[in-house]
Amino acid sequence: MDITFILISVAKIIGLVFLTILPMVAYSVWAERRVSALIQDRVGPNRVGIPFTKIRLAGLGQPIADGIKFLLKEDFTPSHVRKGYYWLAPALTMVPALLTCAVLPFGSELFGIKMVIADLSVGPLFIFAIASLSVYGIVLAGWASNSKYPFLGGVRSSSQMISYEISLGLSIVPILMIFGQLNLSDIVMEQARNGWALLPLWGDRLSLKGFLLFIPIFISFVIFTTSMFAETNRLPFDLPECETELVAGYHTEYSSMKFALFFLGEYAAMIIGSGLAVTLFLGGWSLPFGWLVPEDGASVPFWMGALHILSFLGKVVAFILFFIWVRWSLPRFRYDQLMRLGWVFFFEIALFNILLTAGILLFVK
Amino acid sequence: MAIVVKRPKLSFWEKLYLPGIIKGLGITLRHFFLSLTGKTKVSMQYPEEKWDSHLPEYYRGAPALVTDEQGRERCVACQLCEFICPPRAITIHPEEIPSEDKWAKVEKRPQEFEIDMIRCIYCGLCEEVCPEQAIFLRKEYAFTGLKREDMVHNKKRLYEIGGVREGLVNKWNELK
Amino acid sequence: MTALFYFFAFVMLAGGLGVVLTRSPVTSAFSMVVSFLGLAALFIMLHAYLIGTLQILVYAGAIMVLFLFIIMLLDLKAEEDRKISLFTVIGGALLVSVFASQIIKVVKALPAAAEAMPELSASASEDVKNTGLLMFTDYVFPLQIIGVLLLVATVGVIVLSKKELK
Ligand code: SF4
Ligand code: SF4
Repeated sequence: MDITFILISVAKIIGLVFLTILPMVAYSVWAERRVSALIQDRVGPNRVGIPFTKIRLAGLGQPIADGIKFLLKEDFTPSHVRKGYYWLAPALTMVPALLTCAVLPFGSELFGIKMVIADLSVGPLFIFAIASLSVYGIVLAGWASNSKYPFLGGVRSSSQMISYEISLGLSIVPILMIFGQLNLSDIVMEQARNGWALLPLWGDRLSLKGFLLFIPIFISFVIFTTSMFAETNRLPFDLPECETELVAGYHTEYSSMKFALFFLGEYAAMIIGSGLAVTLFLGGWSLPFGWLVPEDGASVPFWMGALHILSFLGKVVAFILFFIWVRWSLPRFRYDQLMRLGWVFFFEIALFNILLTAGILLFVK
Repeated sequence: MAIVVKRPKLSFWEKLYLPGIIKGLGITLRHFFLSLTGKTKVSMQYPEEKWDSHLPEYYRGAPALVTDEQGRERCVACQLCEFICPPRAITIHPEEIPSEDKWAKVEKRPQEFEIDMIRCIYCGLCEEVCPEQAIFLRKEYAFTGLKREDMVHNKKRLYEIGGVREGLVNKWNELK
Repeated sequence: MTALFYFFAFVMLAGGLGVVLTRSPVTSAFSMVVSFLGLAALFIMLHAYLIGTLQILVYAGAIMVLFLFIIMLLDLKAEEDRKISLFTVIGGALLVSVFASQIIKVVKALPAAAEAMPELSASASEDVKNTGLLMFTDYVFPLQIIGVLLLVATVGVIVLSKKELK
């Protein structure tokens, strides 16, 4: 554990988490508001620009203004809450969401350094492990608030998250089987060379087997994305909040920055989820059609590395826009429908999908 | 008696939800692009675009006092408006008109006339009730202030907003 | 590295103590999660990534959530103001000391305890693969047995909890 390694890791963490993901969180809130407005034939926040000038930048200053507002608002703690856990809960939703980005490969190489914070051999497992901890934040928030709506929201949310974790985990098994890998960097490299999982149009995967495998991969993708919606408590599965029934669910009693942490945690989870989906199904940082694939061992020039990072971020942004688009199109599910979908359909389909993949891998040469 | 509503029988595709979901996504996408390219009409962008020039004659903005053609303040401080105002926004301090005044026969006028615009609900009852046609709801509607006192319109301000109204009944006029 | 080891070992032990010493059931459950996290970190420091992650995924992420869930639903107030009797203290101490002496004895008897082990290689990329292979070749029978046992347990739970279902 030498000092340069630590310094490089710190630089990567700062670069990814503080300079990329957190601003992205802020701006995805803005994008959410603008896109929802456009979908509903409104205008959305388009005013805040550079302060004291008339420059508006289509409202791009809004997230900063929102952030300042959150910080300056009164941080109100109701008298009936269980203090310690009440304070702990918001942090516990935000931290796991940010931790999971450690294993996401967000680029190929830059100055000869691999663009991933921790190149673990158990990437997806690590993500699921840490993501499964984020349920504590919600359960604790619901319980510590010591009032009825938050409690019901917390209960709903945790059972929803536990249920969908299963189909989420099972849905990526076919992918892992096909690539024979648990290392996300290697999975991306493989996709860069031989076709993305969802776009088998070049390399080895431009074959009968590749096309046959497209079927289970597509099923996986649908299940994975839908479960991701449920995991991040987004509409159409936002039953934990469900304004019409539960006021605001588990964060009813929270105000100021503590509320903001829940809010931002949800968006951070969404970004990481998009990152994982992009990494597993859409070729991570690679460009389509096998363009600009780094050779084994050869050093990657700076412009190419930067292009790869941009490609990754571009795909993630597209995925987030998809999240937003779905949110403002679909109505909320009923709770029993949600549970039925998770346990009766997705669970079975995911299991069957694994069998299908195994069959194709075994019998089609 | 309870009415039994038969559940509609869904076909396989309808049960699958997916076609419905995709159709819905299509609709929102169309709206998105129509708005993005500016084809959808959106509401007026308030501080820059105002509808002041389109305000109809009967628009009910802030209540204000008016003078007549001869510059006489029409209000006789009868206090009916103060009495009828539902949120009690109006406060009137009447005074006697000194005998040397040209309009001494009117006898009474408001020394001070205040309308608290934080309370006013723009109902127009004061205009309705006024026997002298002295108070009208005019077209001003945007008032701001940094203090509560700023939001109270005194007599001077009320005449500023109200201005002169002509062609009303002139019952105190010599020329009648 | 050693500093990290001591840190995580401390976290783990502190969590463990928290489980036993705190009165509120929720705090106990939560200390248990902390303890699991410390343990997982120790596994990862030994380059046993798979076990470390599974520790978090299964114990901290799934089982303890259910525990916490049930504790919250039951809302055990009585537990918090239960008195400690002398009898339980003595009994507990006795049990702990017997158990601890056993462990010490076993560890001392191990031949490996005396010598320092060679360091594990940092590249544990075959970790998952090896575990999988072992599980589905040498240990496939025990694995199946465990699977069947779990299935039986699940069915049993469902039958017990749905008594009225004839
Ligand atoms: S408009 Fe209505 S509320 Fe306003 S001052 Fe007149 S009577 Fe009162
Ligand atoms: S404004 Fe009209 S109703 Fe009010 S005090 Fe004057 S004369 Fe009377």
